[in-house]
Amino acid sequence: MNVLFLAHTDEGGSLGAAAMEALGAAKGLGGSLPIELTVGLYGAEVQAAADQIAGCGAVKFLGVAGAEFASARYGSDASACEALAKAAGAELIVMPATSRASRVAAGVAMRLGAAVDTRLTGLVVEGGKIVATRWFYRQRMVGKIERDARPWLVTVDTGCFAPVAAAPGTASVELLRVAPVTRTVVTGINSPAADAQTIRPEAKMLLVAGAGWGKSQADGQKHLDEASSLILGLLHATQCSLGSSKSLVDQSGEGAALPFLTHMHQVGQTGSTPRHQKGLSTCCHGEEPHVVGWRFINERRAINLDASCGWAQGKADVLYVADAFAVVDKVVELLR
Amino acid sequence: MKGLQIVVLGSIVPDPLQTLEPIVGPTGPALKNEMMLPAVLDPWAGHALFEAASLAKRVEGKVYLVALGPKAKLQQVMMSVAQKVPFEIVVLDGPASGFADAAETARALAGAVEKIPGLDKGKLLLFGGWQSASRGTGAVLSMVGELLGITDQFQGVDEINVAEDGSFTVLERIEGGSYQQSSCQGLPAALGWATGNLPEPPNNPQVGMANMRLIMPALQKAVPAPLKGEGLRYQGVEVPSQRRETRIVKNASVDEIAREIADWIRA
Repeated sequence: MNVLFLAHTDEGGSLGAAAMEALGAAKGLGGSLPIELTVGLYGAEVQAAADQIAGCGAVKFLGVAGAEFASARYGSDASACEALAKAAGAELIVMPATSRASRVAAGVAMRLGAAVDTRLTGLVVEGGKIVATRWFYRQRMVGKIERDARPWLVTVDTGCFAPVAAAPGTASVELLRVAPVTRTVVTGINSPAADAQTIRPEAKMLLVAGAGWGKSQADGQKHLDEASSLILGLLHATQCSLGSSKSLVDQSGEGAALPFLTHMHQVGQTGSTPRHQKGLSTCCHGEEPHVVGWRFINERRAINLDASCGWAQGKADVLYVADAFAVVDKVVELLR
Repeated sequence: MKGLQIVVLGSIVPDPLQTLEPIVGPTGPALKNEMMLPAVLDPWAGHALFEAASLAKRVEGKVYLVALGPKAKLQQVMMSVAQKVPFEIVVLDGPASGFADAAETARALAGAVEKIPGLDKGKLLLFGGWQSASRGTGAVLSMVGELLGITDQFQGVDEINVAEDGSFTVLERIEGGSYQQSSCQGLPAALGWATGNLPEPPNNPQVGMANMRLIMPALQKAVPAPLKGEGLRYQGVEVPSQRRETRIVKNASVDEIAREIADWIRA
């Protein structure tokens, strides 16, 4: 089977962690199925990235490079991916589920007449057939699928596959000429300042702040300034990533809760389901729809005043029945 | 730019508060008691619809909602959605299942968009959610865009500003809580919305009555859109059994708990 690993380079011209995992997923099929691997890369420069994975066993390296492919933009990226896929003539195309690749994957599949499945968490060979695993209904159920159609384009989620272990070297890249069709110009990236960053996908731990932080405390008063200080203190001390419940984010949007929270922090049924090794939930409450927010957290602990909280019971490894204000204050002190 | 035509793709999903259980149906996996489950407009499609209405109000544009779903359920959901913002609806009567094929869904929707009377692609903004609470592929909008020949597409959008000449700027979510800012010279364009910046509009009975005058005939004229799912086979779908043995720590002092958590974080 011809398999195309299709990925963009990052700003430095190399392949990021998500791409290395996607290549690991593509290579992994070779254990059970004879595959012929082609690497397709696009970006401002691709040689360094190709050299980075020169020893991955690919029979061919294809590339689309140039200043017009430096930015993540639908028109240029889709044209590059389309050209690479057509040149490779692959039956299976594996892409990482980065924001850049996800923006174009489905559109490229439509151009190729390919079937598409996104955000796979598993990709294996069973009985000589490729079987993909993905989640449905916002991570509430998981399914295994097969497809007859070829080509089949898939994106694979981060944190689900072992990154490829490929020796670096010097790869011979066949560069394709592509004329992108687009009227879009990327004018900038708005990132939070390093000391104000609260979403860190690479962090070891996710701190989930629940609505309890914005509610009246034992003295009948809200302690929003104190809550902000404690949460930011724990983020600073641990360099963890911050997630939040929809209710707290909504309160914050109305100016009634924590000023640094946005909808980008929202986890759960209507938010994201980030992947981290550890998760600490604080002042969270709710049942299954909310709990999906930490579906992909391996080790989970919760601080909550309610011992029967559905967020924690049966979902967390440890539930501390305590006041999160007091506990987090002390934890920050210990971690300083 | 005046006279924008904003087409929003969106359908219904089971109310997130419901318990969902997969079963094997005659055509593949389905949800247990799917037709009995209360439904809502998909949250991301909702954001797209409310942003579309807000933009249309500013530029004297028109909003169309193109929805593929069981029309009886769509009618129920529209009774409340119609009270939020003004729009016209185009209905395709078919499954809104999360197990349907995204490409097949896209082809049906693209066909419906093409048939909107007076559609001018030079004034077209195609809106939808960048995700959904059903299949969640983030693929349908992009494929519909391709089928309509739209090569300027954006995903994870939280903001758009349209200029008088039809050019616009857009903010897209990318990794790490950052935004990518882009400008585009003109329409058509496809935008997959994240949450946007607008709260859910309050119910307005007058808007609801005006909408329902168009929604009811549209539901009666719903075009059947059976999705066959050919070539797609499910080996199985299950709710993962992830019940953990939760150790409950009660009556411990704050110091003890904090020390245990700090040790765990450091480990």
